[in-house]
Amino acid sequence: MIPAIEIKHVHKCFGAVHALRNINLEIPIGEFFGLLGPNGTGKTTLINILAGLTLSNSGSAKVMGHDVVTDYREARHALGVVPQELVFDPFFTVREILSIQSGYYGLKNNNLWIEEILHYLDLADKANINMRALSGGMKRRVLVAQALVHKPPVIVLDEPTAGVDVELRQALWRFIKRLNYNGHTIVLTTHYLDEAEELCSRVAMLKQGEVVALDSTKNLISNIAGCSIQLRLSPDKLPAALQSTMISYAEGSYILSVKDYTQIEGVLTALRVAQVRVLEMQLLRPHLEEAFIKIMNDVENQEPA
Amino acid sequence: MIGFYTLFRKEVLRFWKVGFQTIGSPMLTTLLYLLIFSHVLERHVQIYPGVEYTVFLIPGLVMMAMLQNAFANSSSSLIQSKVTGNIVFVLLSPLSYLEVFLAYVLASVARGLLVGLGFYLVTLIFFIVPLSSFLWVFLFTLMGNALLGSLGVVAGIWAEKFDELAAFQNFFILPLTFLSGVFYTVHSLPSFWRNLSYLNPFFYMIDGFRYGFFGISEIPPHFSFMVVTTFFLTISWLALRMLKTGYRLRH
Repeated sequence: MIPAIEIKHVHKCFGAVHALRNINLEIPIGEFFGLLGPNGTGKTTLINILAGLTLSNSGSAKVMGHDVVTDYREARHALGVVPQELVFDPFFTVREILSIQSGYYGLKNNNLWIEEILHYLDLADKANINMRALSGGMKRRVLVAQALVHKPPVIVLDEPTAGVDVELRQALWRFIKRLNYNGHTIVLTTHYLDEAEELCSRVAMLKQGEVVALDSTKNLISNIAGCSIQLRLSPDKLPAALQSTMISYAEGSYILSVKDYTQIEGVLTALRVAQVRVLEMQLLRPHLEEAFIKIMNDVENQEPA
Repeated sequence: MIGFYTLFRKEVLRFWKVGFQTIGSPMLTTLLYLLIFSHVLERHVQIYPGVEYTVFLIPGLVMMAMLQNAFANSSSSLIQSKVTGNIVFVLLSPLSYLEVFLAYVLASVARGLLVGLGFYLVTLIFFIVPLSSFLWVFLFTLMGNALLGSLGVVAGIWAEKFDELAAFQNFFILPLTFLSGVFYTVHSLPSFWRNLSYLNPFFYMIDGFRYGFFGISEIPPHFSFMVVTTFFLTISWLALRMLKTGYRLRH
């Protein structure tokens, strides 16, 4: 089966700045994929290359098997992009914008679907209001709606929840999850790692224009983030043998890092040997955020001085 | 086809929604030109035998208004979209570069036509303007507006700031239209200026257009039409090339 997105050996320079170095990515149809990384690492550049807004220096990119340069019309038909910048056309109302946007994709009678999008994004009561009069959050919803008018099989959301209130965030994710459930491939960039962890089945992490990690979210968390346990002890003193595993200590509770849960036994043995009693023990679920920080730091340390 | 038509319609709606500024105000400006120049010069100048100066002035002013507005339409729409960023909606769409080009140019033609026709109809209330050949009037209207609409696409893509576009408009388009023989015949100029005028493509548009009304011209209309068409094809080629390569649009 053809992948939803296929990126091969993509390089991009802006003058002397190397924005992307040899990016290779394949995203199968139906996946909920996360593109993570600090600001300025090339996430948006990569999305822009997929969308045809930026031209790569070398390499190729395909959307649903269509090359974004040579077969650009088909590729753009298959793609819906929610841009990061809050852009809008001040001459039109929400409904006019969505109808114009449908026309660009060759759709004439798209009203049923437009009504549905308006409903799910909670925009129905704003449909006849001029874009200029909308708040930032509302404009963001319209951007999402615009990306969906042509029911693209691949949907790319570039930081869709930046500066958006909780209510919209939840409504948006419910809607996007539904689309994903119906077979749409979703590519998401976000700085909210809890969002990425909850939604994305697979994640790529970018740093300085390179993919530094690419794996399922589950693997990244369990392999890299490790586990941790929280302990309250009596007496309130950690045995010397366990000092090296301590992450933090605050108000009588220690947090220790363990590679995996089988190591807990070792910790308990060390405590027993030191005649320290466990008052309370809690296993802390590791999060993508820890894996992210660890990967970013590791990359930094590997760099030549 | 739906895609092209949608963009064309959107571009027409864009200027229509601000019609006072895009149609009304240039019509008024052109009427003021007519009022002032005819008042000052009516008794002193007769360019074509048996033709009042004011009547002589009308076709030239119609063409000048059309050209300036055709240029203003595509160029200002593009620069606004670029500066505010909403050009991405066109760039993200599967519209072909030919469709984009045609939509912008035809919307420019529409605006030029509305301004020109509006002004012309108002003058008909007060003056009798002969119409010698509708075909030439039509051909020069179409080609002149299309050329300037196309030039507007080039300028709108090229300019990165409003200031750059204003410079293009005020230091290039405006002098060329004013010095194209709208207010006088090039024939009456000293030979140096006359020869210089022959290098001005706007001169051929005015001269050929005026032929359609009076049946008199300095250059045979066929030749003028050929010159204008050549310019149109050249500028269109450039505009299409810019759109195809994504010059200053896709980075």
